[in-house]
Amino acid sequence: MPDLAPILSKQDVTQRIERIAQAIQERSPGKDLALVGIYRRGVPLAERLYTLLKPHFPDLNIGRVDISLYRDDLKALELIPKLVGSELAFDLDGRHVILCDEVLHTGRTARAALDELLEYGRPRKVELAVLVDREGRELPIAADYVGERVTIKPEERIAVRFVEVDGEDAVYVQQGGARR
Amino acid sequence: MTPRKDLLDIQSLTDEELEFILSNAVPFKNLFKRSVKKVPTLKGRTVLTLFYEPSTRTRSSFEIAASRLSADVTNFSVSTSSVVKGESVLDTVATLEAMRTDYVVVRHSMSGIPNLIAKHTNASVINAGDGFHAHPTQGLLDVFTMREVFGGDVRGARVAFIGDIQHSRVARSTNLLCRRMGMQTAMLAPGSLIPRELPQEIAVFQDWKELYAWKPDVIYLLRVQTERQNVPFFPSIGEYHRLFGLTDERLKWARDNGIWVMHPGPVNRGVELTDSVMEYERSLIDQQVENGIAVRMSVLYWLKPGSSTEDKP
Repeated sequence: MPDLAPILSKQDVTQRIERIAQAIQERSPGKDLALVGIYRRGVPLAERLYTLLKPHFPDLNIGRVDISLYRDDLKALELIPKLVGSELAFDLDGRHVILCDEVLHTGRTARAALDELLEYGRPRKVELAVLVDREGRELPIAADYVGERVTIKPEERIAVRFVEVDGEDAVYVQQGGARR
Repeated sequence: MTPRKDLLDIQSLTDEELEFILSNAVPFKNLFKRSVKKVPTLKGRTVLTLFYEPSTRTRSSFEIAASRLSADVTNFSVSTSSVVKGESVLDTVATLEAMRTDYVVVRHSMSGIPNLIAKHTNASVINAGDGFHAHPTQGLLDVFTMREVFGGDVRGARVAFIGDIQHSRVARSTNLLCRRMGMQTAMLAPGSLIPRELPQEIAVFQDWKELYAWKPDVIYLLRVQTERQNVPFFPSIGEYHRLFGLTDERLKWARDNGIWVMHPGPVNRGVELTDSVMEYERSLIDQQVENGIAVRMSVLYWLKPGSSTEDKP
């Protein structure tokens, strides 16, 4: 990973996720709550929130969405993503869903995830939780739960790393290679 | 995975590409369980089916696959229109270019026509069967089906192709892919329907007893293509069924030994197989049809119109 020091350390990442869990608990007392991670790094975020929230919401459900088939730029990509598939093994109708992703940037990923989610059923409410919120929105989308807001240059990119995927918990700012 | 422009045969696919297509077909098949089976992946794209030979199931399979990916699908019925009026294949291709088609699914009785079309268009060309040459998506869906029944690992499985091997592009593509995936293959057919150039390691039988002794895991019945036989290759349909068909007695052997039965369709009942196969619990014929849609969705997802036409090693 980059030589630069992370902007969020392992401890910071844990603390931000706990803070999101706390906010969800305070604002979402419903019984029909579900967490849905956006593959790939939204999934470990959803799983960690699940661990923290399950004691307070015994009926809590968890799922994941793979948005590859819902991207609006698929045929412009140099590399075609391998599909993992979505997994929503519960009835979505009437649920309060919290979509989880590691970074909110352009809003296109969240848009694609919403499109996909709505084809599985009709949730009562959908909210968005992200570990990092950065500027650069291209669609009118905002997060309801944010771990950290950062301001970086347009050509920089946020790289969130989770133990489950990358072997460490940290958030870095990288030069160039901004993903859209 | 880097996208490719065309899918013309099995040979030019790398191991990595094969695995990409086959493994992506699993999430595509899972989509069929949803109430909304459609995804917006190819929204705004056009898929044209260009069939110079009659076909119902392959064309429908491609059409369903394309529409589940939200592409617009058009059927160009060549046999009944332009060819009759004297239009050449390349004239048709020029028309397709003018129509700005993104994907062309081609079937033709002459080997090599899809390759010719691919060279003259920016659209992605998928070979849906050309002459005796290839039928790559059939091979892919067959191997996908075998992977499902063998729990993912097909290495060492024994597959016997039975029937009109000489005229079968299905046997060619599926056999090639089976062998690449580490399976053992055999052929059972009248001597007149066995190709001369078969590799030595493929067992060739002319009698079911020899096949019993070989202990296959899968028997793959091929359609008897009388329409491709200029001269008769066996005395009569009745005799073919008696000597090479899956009769009730042979079906009992299959049931007793837990053997899977496959067929690419359409089935000639009473020729390649008996009616009882339709109730056979290890018949994979319907599963092949369903998997065909998932595999073709996976192929359309992977191909990219206008990308490099160069074949990979």
